[in-house]
Amino acid sequence: MALKTEELVLNMGPQHPSTHGVLRLELELEGEVVTNVKPHLGYLHRCFEKHCEAMTYPQVIPYTDRMDYLASMYNNFGYVVGVEKLLGIQVPERVEYIRVIMGELQRIASHLVALGTYGLDIGAFTPFLYCFIDREKILNLFEITCGARLLYNYMWVGGLSHDIHPDFVRLTKEFIPYFRPHIKELNDLLTYNKIFIERTVNIGVLPIDTAINYGASGPVLRGSGMKWDLRKNDPYSIYDRFDFDIPTGKNGDCWDRYYVRVLEMEQSLRIIEQAIDQIPDGDVQSAIPKRIKPPKGTVYSRVENPKGELGYFIISDGSTSPFRVKVRAPSFVNLSVIGEMCKGHLVADVVAILGSIDIVLGEVDR
Amino acid sequence: MKNPQEIFEILSAQFPDANIQIDASLPVEPIISVNPLKINVISKFLAENNEMLFDSLMNLSGVDDANGTKTKDEDGNDVINGGTLSVYYHLHATKLNHKITLKVSAPRENPEVESVENIWKTANWHEREAFDMLGIKFLNHPDLRRILMPYDWEAGYPLRKDYKNPEFYQGMKVTY
Repeated sequence: MALKTEELVLNMGPQHPSTHGVLRLELELEGEVVTNVKPHLGYLHRCFEKHCEAMTYPQVIPYTDRMDYLASMYNNFGYVVGVEKLLGIQVPERVEYIRVIMGELQRIASHLVALGTYGLDIGAFTPFLYCFIDREKILNLFEITCGARLLYNYMWVGGLSHDIHPDFVRLTKEFIPYFRPHIKELNDLLTYNKIFIERTVNIGVLPIDTAINYGASGPVLRGSGMKWDLRKNDPYSIYDRFDFDIPTGKNGDCWDRYYVRVLEMEQSLRIIEQAIDQIPDGDVQSAIPKRIKPPKGTVYSRVENPKGELGYFIISDGSTSPFRVKVRAPSFVNLSVIGEMCKGHLVADVVAILGSIDIVLGEVDR
Repeated sequence: MKNPQEIFEILSAQFPDANIQIDASLPVEPIISVNPLKINVISKFLAENNEMLFDSLMNLSGVDDANGTKTKDEDGNDVINGGTLSVYYHLHATKLNHKITLKVSAPRENPEVESVENIWKTANWHEREAFDMLGIKFLNHPDLRRILMPYDWEAGYPLRKDYKNPEFYQGMKVTY
């Protein structure tokens, strides 16, 4: 007698600890094997793009903070680079160096959350707390710079909201040798942990062609083995002056995506080390235009956010507020590939795969 | 590696009936506009031709051009009639390292654009977003549903310039 089977639809989320926010995944199962994944988004939709059309160019910056709230500095960075391209202005060297340092510190902070919560998803609680201790130090650096710890509104079109604190350089220089051994500690705790490896290696393998076709970027693309980083391949700001490597994975599985982030933190430290000694003197607000009114035209500018390629498509109609802002959010695009990665894996692996993409729902839903 | 002008010339030689034009007067990036019902074959050519190899669709954005005739209804809200809705495609070739921007414009009353989902899978969600926000219909899209707004949203398409905030949602009064 043949066993009668039928497809089961399982809802994961919107309130599920491993979805990192409010995301609902509709899993189609055959037994415990996932045959299809349908993500349902929009629970955190706040009409960012509609808001932009009613704001002046500088007023948009605090809204960009609230997209990827774990990497606010870099969201500011991407937006101001775009508007500056549209205006055709050059910002002072001092501003560029401070932006790069802040951006790289933010990258480390964002990756620490990604790695810590990834451990948490898989069942390792302790590394999460270790990561947050180090992230706290970075947030302290941001706090003495601009007063805010999470949503900074720090980078302005043509400059910065505040100059760095007199202690900032000293404290950052102290942070680098303090943090470097902690990467090794994290590796010992989590990266080479046998249980962790069994949960992540050969899970959610993403071939390189599929990754490009789906527009994946950042650690998801690099985990699949593509040597691609906009800081090197399409340089913006002053990234072409620094010496750093692009870490890549081999198999494109969850462990590779995770490990690329670990290696990237080391590269970010290298960039900060090179930049921190070279900050020239100057006024960080000298190039801020009195009235921001770009000429008619469009710009698509993209930067390498901790999550991937963050693009801003801005249309100017010649007035003081943007006609249209479209954000190419890296989490949004990276999440769209989840269906390909989950096919044929077990339900428990969906948690591991979702965590390895490192999404922030504030950015997916905007 | 080719610049947008060269790509424009190749495209207009290859597709003489697709109404291809280039606007090179824009300050940052020139834009190549094409027929919305030819975008699929042109994209296929751009993705597969050995001199093009545009393997990455960086971004796809829907835009309300708001170039129709503007009138006011009895409550004082803007109403736009006529004009176009546009879709912008930002393409990049990762191996040859060149970029172009394509644009298609479709009439506001019946905005139909061919889907490019079968060429770049990343277009799937971007097109759903453009449909959700602007009501652009992508022909041959496998799964054209709302993505960010609720599935039962009946108040229209939020990113249209004449969008009017609804007073009620599912019978509840919405305060602003």
